This record gives sequence, structure tokens and C-alpha cells, in this order.
Amino acid sequence: MKPATRKKIVQILGFLALRLAMGLVLAVLVLFLYDIASKGGGSISWEFLSKAPRKGMTQGGIFPAIFGTFLVTVLTGLLAVPLGMSAAIYLNEYARQTRLTRLIRLSIRNLSGVPSIVYGLFGVILFVNIMRFGTSVLSAGLTLGLMTLPWTITASEEALKTIPNSYREGALALGATKWQMIRTNVLPYAVPGMLTGTVLGLARAAGETAPIMFTGAAFFLPLLPNSPGDQFMALPYHLYIMATQHHAILQVRPIAYGTALVLIALVLGLNMTAVIVRYRMRRKQR
Amino acid sequence: MSSAENAIKIEARDLEFYYGNTRALKKVNLVCHDRKVTAIIGPSGCGKSTLIRTINRMNDVIAGTRVEGKILLDGRDINAPDIDVVELRRRVGMVFQKPNPFPKSIYDNIAYGLRINGMKNKRKIEETVEKSLRGAALWDEVKDRLDENAFALSGGQQQRLCIARSLAVEPEVILFDEPCSAIDPIATAKVEDLIERLKTDYTVIIVTHNMQQAARVSDYTAFMMLGELVEFDLTDKIFTNPSNKLTEDYITGRFG
Repeated sequence: MKPATRKKIVQILGFLALRLAMGLVLAVLVLFLYDIASKGGGSISWEFLSKAPRKGMTQGGIFPAIFGTFLVTVLTGLLAVPLGMSAAIYLNEYARQTRLTRLIRLSIRNLSGVPSIVYGLFGVILFVNIMRFGTSVLSAGLTLGLMTLPWTITASEEALKTIPNSYREGALALGATKWQMIRTNVLPYAVPGMLTGTVLGLARAAGETAPIMFTGAAFFLPLLPNSPGDQFMALPYHLYIMATQHHAILQVRPIAYGTALVLIALVLGLNMTAVIVRYRMRRKQR
Repeated sequence: MSSAENAIKIEARDLEFYYGNTRALKKVNLVCHDRKVTAIIGPSGCGKSTLIRTINRMNDVIAGTRVEGKILLDGRDINAPDIDVVELRRRVGMVFQKPNPFPKSIYDNIAYGLRINGMKNKRKIEETVEKSLRGAALWDEVKDRLDENAFALSGGQQQRLCIARSLAVEPEVILFDEPCSAIDPIATAKVEDLIERLKTDYTVIIVTHNMQQAARVSDYTAFMMLGELVEFDLTDKIFTNPSNKLTEDYITGRFG
């Protein structure tokens, strides 16, 4: 065989392998979504989205769980977004690159790999017991916030790293202070990327069960939480209950699938928001 | 180009510079005269850029660096503790090797330095933007599209935009760090014309790889090698009758 033909065949085979891998991933995803949508789609109705569960959670809706997840996610964001972005700014712009900062960075990367149940137990000890917030929206939000922090820090730092140094030097050379330089010539270009990473972290937090099941999520509540000290219902925990703990497990299966569908839609919505916000901000800069 | 009467604007005295333990500048002594162009030439890695970046303390941002000796601006040591580095950088502007416009409109690029220095008056900003763009010989090319993103300009235009940007904050000295190494010959000619004109108002120091460029634009030339200042003299002298054998070898192209 001529070397040229050989090269061509290798090329074709290579592409084929890559296409196959991509197709496989896509197929699993489509199958997964189809399964949930087909089994859960039937239970989606206005009542399902806007009413509380009834009759031992065999009927009615999941509104308290949607509301609870929303509330806790907002709280998570309030903690993880400003703190995470600030820490990233400090690490990337201010901190000298010493062995200590390398160690700190390594620890942050490691923290993002710690299983969520560990955060759950830590939250119980710190927020529920020591700080006496009890099992509440507050404790759960703080726990999820802690869990999300390493992600927002890492994502924000990566976003800051993509800003060319020439923007920084250019600003400094004109007599900008370091903070002026960061605020006017680094952050505006880094924030879209920071937001994307941050929202992805939040979306992940919204879908977590382990960190909230000991710190504030309740099996069933007749009322919506009306203060940060109250317990709450949450979509992922509700799904867990419906799928594994309910006394009439087969009867509530459609509700479980419906809950899963709503949760996925919520996460997708969050991610879409991030994409849209980023797109808008980028376009405004052109 | 007899010019001995101009005052000394910048002076380096036994200047040494370290990256960690590596000594990049060795006992450099150099004077730059007010409203003259001083060129710094020398082979790659000889310390030209390091030297020019010590003048506006741009090296401060690199971790693990250290300066010894003195650099005087109007007779005052710029590394003295009471010197405000932010104010120093406003007085000593810099144009970088690669054009580095900010991803903003042409107008906002120029206005940037004014705004961070506290200018709020819109009309004043507008005037200064026009004056700076005219000063950098760019006004006629961009006056109808000041709102366009600066990235839409050609490389040469971007470099003149960067020059205009540094003019806007009214510096006394402008440092050029190989300003033409990333742009084409026609754009280079324009930048050189510009430097020629700038020296009526500013003290200019230019680092360049291009010896013809140094000969064309500068009044004085410093030749550096391996961190040392080998020879410093009037440009005419350096290029016609250098006193040092190394300088002669370099400018005649025997190495470098």
C-alpha cells in the first residue's frame, strides 16, 4: 500500500472512532431524557406545578418542592457567588504565587472532588448543631454554598486566566491602580466566563440530595417555609423519597418521573440563563 | 543633531536588575536627554526590554524581581519609598511590543486613561480624545468610526491607537518597547514619522531590534549586550565611528 493511501485510511478510521464516541454519548443522553420525558410527561399539569401533595403524597403537585429548591438555590448563590468570585480575584490577581498559594489552590481543587454526603455531614455539625441554625433553609443553603464554593472559585479563576496580561499591563502603564485595572479592564471581560462557571455550579447544587437531607429538607410539610429558619421540601429529596421510600412506590412512580422532569428542566433553565447572559454581555462588548 | 544643551530627564546609575538570582542588568549607567529620542539596541536577551521596563517600574508586577542602583527621573529616585508608582506610570507612558488595544471602542480606548485619572468632564474628554488621535496621526482614519471596536483596526492602526492612548494622559516620557516588531513596513514608517514628531514634546526611549530604525529615529543610541551597556553615544557616532569593537561588530552585522 502506498504511504499516502495508508495515511488517508488512518485518517478516516480516526474520524470514524471519534464520531462513534460522540454518537454513543449522545444516544445515552437522548435515551435517558426520552425515558424520563415519556414516563413523567403525563403527570405534568398546572396542578402538578402549582399545588402541594395530597393524600400521603399519592396525588396533588410538587409546588412546595419547587419553591424550596428555588429558595435554597438562591441562598446558595448568595453565599457562593460573591465569595467565590472574590476569592478567585484574590488568588489570581493579588496573591503572590508562592508555595502557600499553590497549596491553597490544590486544596480548593480537592474540595470540589469531595463527595456531597461529606458536605452534608459537615453541615449538620457546623450549621445545624454548633451554630444552632437547626435543620432549616439557612443550614441547607450554607451547606450547598460551601459545596459550590470550590467550583465557583475554580471556574472564576479560569475565567480570569483567559484575560490577556496585555490588558493588565496596558492599564497599569496609563497610571491605573491595581484595583482600577482589575475593575475596569479585567472583570468586565472575565465576568461572562465567571458567571457561566458559577451558574453551572449552582445548577449542580440545585440537584443535590445528600447535603440537604440532614440539614433542612423535609419529607413532607403542610406549609411553605416563611423564614430561613424553617424546614423545606426540595425537588431532589422529593424525588429520592418518591423513588425509594414511599409506601406505595409503584403508585407514585409517575409523580417521581414528573419530579425528575421538572428538576431537569430547572437545571437546564439555569444553564440556559448562563449561556444567554454570557452571550448578551459578550455582544455588548463588541 | 547636536543636542548637548538639553537637560537630563532620566538617568540610570549603576542599575542592576534581578529575576530571582539571575542578573539581567549589570551596572548600567545611562542618561536620556529631555525631548530627545534615545534608542536601545542589542541582540535578543541582552536586557533592553528589562531596562526600559524598569523606567516605569513595569517589572514590579513580575514576582521575584529586584532592582539595585538608581533610576532618576528629573533627579528623583523612582524607586524611593515616597514615590507613587501610579503617578510615575502616568508621567512615563509605555507602548508595548504587540499592539494591545483594549476590547472597547476606539473612543473608550483613548478615554480610558483620562477616566481612571479622574476626568469627568465629557467635553474635555472629547477634546482630549481628538487631540490625542491627531497627535498619533490617526484622527483622519478613524474620526467617523470612533464607536467601532478597536480590534477592527489594522495592526499598524492599533499601534498608533496605543500611542494615542498613552498621549492622552499627558506623560512626559514615552517608552517604546519594540513598537514595530509586530507591524508591516508601511505602518512602521508611519510610527517612525510619529516618533520623530513626538520628540518636540516628549522624551522618547525606544527599544528596537532594527538597527536602521535606531539610526533613523534616534538622537542617542545605547548598545547593550548580555545585560551590560557596551556603548552609549550620539547615534551618528555609534553608527559611523563606534569606539567599541563589539558595537562595531554588531552594527555591521557580524553577530546578533
